[in-house]
Amino acid sequence: MSTTTAETQGLPDPMGIDLQPEIPREHYINTDYSWKSWLFTLDHKRIAILYLVSVTVMFFIGGFGAMIVRLNLLSPHGAIVSPQTYNRMFSMHGVVMVFFFLVPVIPAVLGNFLIPMMLGAKDLAFPQINLLSWYFYIVGALIGTTALTFGGVDTGWTFYAPLSTQFAYGNVAWTIVGAFLAGFSSILTGLNFIITTHRMRAPGLTWFRLPLFVWAHYAASLLQVLATPVLAITLLALLVERLFGVGIFDPKLGGDPVLMQHMFWFYSHPAVYIMILPGMGVISEIITCFSRKPIFGYKFVAFSSLAIAVISFVVWGHHMYMTSQSAFASIVFSFLTFLVAIPSAIKVFNWTATLYKGSIRLETPMLYCLGFIGLFTIGGMTGLHCAALATDLHLHDTYFIIAHFHYIMVGGQVLAFMAGLHFWWPKMTGRMYSEGWGRTAAVLLFIGFNLTFFPQFILGYEGMPRRYPTYAPEFQVLNVMSTAGASILAIAYALPFFYLIWSLKNGPIAGPNPWRATGLEWQTQSPPTTFNFDRIPVVVAGPYMYSPEADEILDAQMAVEVAQLELQRTKAVIAQHHAENEEAGRGV
Amino acid sequence: MAAHDATHHGHGHDHSHAHGEAYAVHVPTRVYYWNFAALMVLLVITLFAAYFDLGEWNLFIAMTIAVIKALLIVLFFMHLAYSTRLVRVFAGAALFWLIIMFVLTLGDYFARQAPSMPGH
Amino acid sequence: MASETVTAGQHAVAEHAADHPHGPAYLHHHFDDVEQQRECTSLGMWSFLATEIMMFGGLFFVYSLYRWLYPDAFHIGSHHLNITLGTGNTFVLLFSSLTMAMAVHFATENNPRMTVICLGLTWILGAAFIGIKAVEWTTDYREGLVPGLNWTYYNHEEGLRELANKPIGPQHVMMYFVIYFSMTGLHAIHMIIGLILVGVFMRYAAKGQFNGGNDQPVELMGLYWHFVDIVWVFLFPLLYLIAGFHPGGLGGGAP
Repeated sequence: MSTTTAETQGLPDPMGIDLQPEIPREHYINTDYSWKSWLFTLDHKRIAILYLVSVTVMFFIGGFGAMIVRLNLLSPHGAIVSPQTYNRMFSMHGVVMVFFFLVPVIPAVLGNFLIPMMLGAKDLAFPQINLLSWYFYIVGALIGTTALTFGGVDTGWTFYAPLSTQFAYGNVAWTIVGAFLAGFSSILTGLNFIITTHRMRAPGLTWFRLPLFVWAHYAASLLQVLATPVLAITLLALLVERLFGVGIFDPKLGGDPVLMQHMFWFYSHPAVYIMILPGMGVISEIITCFSRKPIFGYKFVAFSSLAIAVISFVVWGHHMYMTSQSAFASIVFSFLTFLVAIPSAIKVFNWTATLYKGSIRLETPMLYCLGFIGLFTIGGMTGLHCAALATDLHLHDTYFIIAHFHYIMVGGQVLAFMAGLHFWWPKMTGRMYSEGWGRTAAVLLFIGFNLTFFPQFILGYEGMPRRYPTYAPEFQVLNVMSTAGASILAIAYALPFFYLIWSLKNGPIAGPNPWRATGLEWQTQSPPTTFNFDRIPVVVAGPYMYSPEADEILDAQMAVEVAQLELQRTKAVIAQHHAENEEAGRGV
Repeated sequence: MAAHDATHHGHGHDHSHAHGEAYAVHVPTRVYYWNFAALMVLLVITLFAAYFDLGEWNLFIAMTIAVIKALLIVLFFMHLAYSTRLVRVFAGAALFWLIIMFVLTLGDYFARQAPSMPGH
Repeated sequence: MASETVTAGQHAVAEHAADHPHGPAYLHHHFDDVEQQRECTSLGMWSFLATEIMMFGGLFFVYSLYRWLYPDAFHIGSHHLNITLGTGNTFVLLFSSLTMAMAVHFATENNPRMTVICLGLTWILGAAFIGIKAVEWTTDYREGLVPGLNWTYYNHEEGLRELANKPIGPQHVMMYFVIYFSMTGLHAIHMIIGLILVGVFMRYAAKGQFNGGNDQPVELMGLYWHFVDIVWVFLFPLLYLIAGFHPGGLGGGAP
């Protein structure tokens, strides 16, 4: 634990708040600074940091693609790049963001770091597999981004056959290899989480005492383990077809291109829930802490994570209404898609009910959190427009779809990641960031995001197709608005990058629990030691035991500690004076 | 959540050595031999059934026998018959998800007309 | 399984002797006890097999679809396979499952010598499987039945005679062979990985690494091996026995 805590000064410090925090003498970062100790680490926290650095790089690469896309769309005739380059840019944006950023970001960064700690364990069940997952990821990401940069693909991230197998220029095969390897990373991470959650919980930590963060990751891990292999075989089939010129999906050779879409979306729909479920887990943790209230309807939120996971497996056909998919299948898929909205809505209602009559504090994580709830709701509701057969007829392949999923992926997922990053930053680094800059960035992100993507709903509704480098002139105003918003968004992404890194050396020291949060991870020092806990904790109550009474007690205790510290300081000053006077007296 | 530090390390640290053996599954070898014999018999039956042309039933019979063989291997060679409930849940879940994929996708194909053969 | 690579300074708790109070040497640090480790690794292997089921399942689905669409093509394609060799392979693999189960048994009984022998028998049988597969595939190649590499069988009269009066073309039979090579190819890759691992395990077993309660790695190896066997149990009737036996039938078929 820390060297100078209220505890060591003989003062009570039940929440580990630590009035005079110092960076602990030994923690998981300073045990060894050599590059070997990082690249061959088995510590889940170090692996999480490795992932954090990697996904950040990927995010900026994918963001670059988006920047080119939006700049090009400033003019109806395509402002800056040729159509072929434009195709490569949006494909790069999609592939990098989906496979190398969105899927791993919250599970591999926050999940890896926190789940063992939230369970009271020393590490995940399979630390070597954890490291292997990072290596799969980094090799896949390197191959994929290299292929996308030198040559590129113009198929979009969806690689539909026969374009991808027969007619596409560029590095389809290598990009597919990159995505394939990244998929293994995802599978291994999910496998690790499932088994750790089943079998490595601390004594007393029953399933219904688990933080909802763990439930959400458990559900997402089920998807990672069961859906990703189908992507693997789909990508392999695409590779075989492209490299050997055979016709699994080629109609001329008796194949069915829609089969490729079935297999692709069988993974890729659950994939979007792999992305959003962990984000929802983050929101549950933060909203309780910053409302000082337990979650409303814990079991409903927990089971809705599982329900989303299960139902998400049987809705993939809603991406294929406009193919030769049978009307019967389309109806079934549409109905099931409406069903999957229900557990998501339950979560939103429960979060809102958690806020009700809470003692709300609007620190940075909470700002992102509230933004999430609003933007996710809009994204989710527009999902219903997409799910309905009659409306999708008009909306498919327009900007409405793009706006819908960006509201979920950026307005939801990215905001949730930002929220979680800021919330657990003190735990991961031992430092607090600048709250002023944090709030500024959060507000800028919200404004920039809405300015970027709300016009796209209108554009899509009015018929502007997606993946086109040019458009009809009447759409220009909204496109310019969208690009302007994207510039603000870019600033809002860049700001945390700078002030978070700056805080590593210059931020105020955080202490074990600056947010006064419940949860086992807050019972350790910040940053934690390599093995997290000196002694395995025993859990005696459920999560989120926030209450006004508990906070009053904390306030009172804090006042006592402050007073006692003042007393000690005053005594020290007096002692100092005495010593000086004696010296002076002797000198005379 | 409230948590106390336990003064003991988690359960199990005071156990003595080498007691992984206590958890290994000890299946009598005759189970393996009988299982193998059964698999051989089923293989012969598969071939025998394939000899006769029974139209659509050939596939059904062959698959039924394959499923039985798979079950025998899973239960006795892979020890699922001696495993905990959780392991069986994991094994069952995999099978269940496979079935979902088949049922829903094939459902689409059955519900629409097969694409016509090119050139006819 | 194999011991972790621990770099200097990684652990606050440093290297330890074999009789460390934490537990036996094969107990990893982050686990509380051997029981937890055994449960976790067992579940881990079953989860991995679940992912394999879903992956092969995709290919089985492709098979199902195209067999339903082009039954004649699948009949004709299946005739070209050698049922004798296919049966031989099935026998070899089932037998290897027995020897593998015995290897696991002897590891549990702390009998390294018999463990090595049984693993060795498994290896030989697995290698025989690959050998027979290689014979089959080279035969197919020589006959011009390998899509993408040597697809010439249906350029000749014999091939065209096969397709006479049937509502299919050579491209449909090619579909069958694409699926055949993809499925058996993916299966063979898994077999080869299995052979490499069994070889490694033979070395460890010979050194006595699986004694003293550390038999679980062999059990996990067994789970993988049996799974690969189960995939073949389905592949055999689906690929080889579609058309049954037709004495004097088409192409290089049954005995």
